Amino acid sequence: MSLQAELEQYRNVLIVRLRGELDHHTADVVRYKMEEALLRGSSEHVILSLKELQFMDSSGLGVILGRYKQVKSKGGKMVVCDVNPNVYRLFEMSGLFKILTIHENERTAISSLEVVS
Amino acid sequence: MNGSNEMTLSFSARSENEAFARIAVAAFVSQLDPTLEELNDLKTAVSEAVTNAIIHGYESDSSCKVTIEARIEGDSVSITVSDNGRGIEDLDLARQPLYTSKPELERSGMGFTIMENFMDRFEVSSTIDGGTRVAMLKRIESKKALYN
Repeated sequence: MSLQAELEQYRNVLIVRLRGELDHHTADVVRYKMEEALLRGSSEHVILSLKELQFMDSSGLGVILGRYKQVKSKGGKMVVCDVNPNVYRLFEMSGLFKILTIHENERTAISSLEVVS
Repeated sequence: MNGSNEMTLSFSARSENEAFARIAVAAFVSQLDPTLEELNDLKTAVSEAVTNAIIHGYESDSSCKVTIEARIEGDSVSITVSDNGRGIEDLDLARQPLYTSKPELERSGMGFTIMENFMDRFEVSSTIDGGTRVAMLKRIESKKALYN
């Protein structure tokens, strides 16, 4: 089962589009790709764009939480957008909305970060 | 449906089988005509239990086997996920939301909380060096009920 992570740099924002199924097996790819992009690139903030994320479990929460800490330690912000109802429930249950703001789509997510920086 | 309908699945404790396990259970349960939300709940709970067995029970030793038994009875599906791994020392602690014994692996500690929330019944039993068994049940609000 697969997961595609598409990363795009937009000004000081790293947009991460996840497509497919995020579980323990696929979490490593997301971790490595994002870790590398954050270390190498000049991104300050991260947008997790989850429109085509069909499945996620607690392993996904773990990898998101890990990257949140990485971004926050450098003073950046992480936001999510296009969250489907199933993923929304997981975020809600785990209290992730206390640390991540949610936006309708990438455009509104980007403008929220432009106000911040 | 008369009587019960059962299936058993045994597979190597490899992370690539997590998706296989949840999809197989979803396919089995699809005969109850579940909603997409019910199906997602089941898939997530199975994924959590299988992931726990692989990471914590077997510490990713892929020569070991995880077993799933599922049984449809009336409008309910019972699912047990078991391993013969190292077992859980303190079940109460393990069931606490956000607790994880492996923070270095970026585990969120939400597995048991999710299983409890997504299923109608949830029980876990464990023996040190004997293994762990998670038993869960979910009632499917079948669309057929609308016509009865």
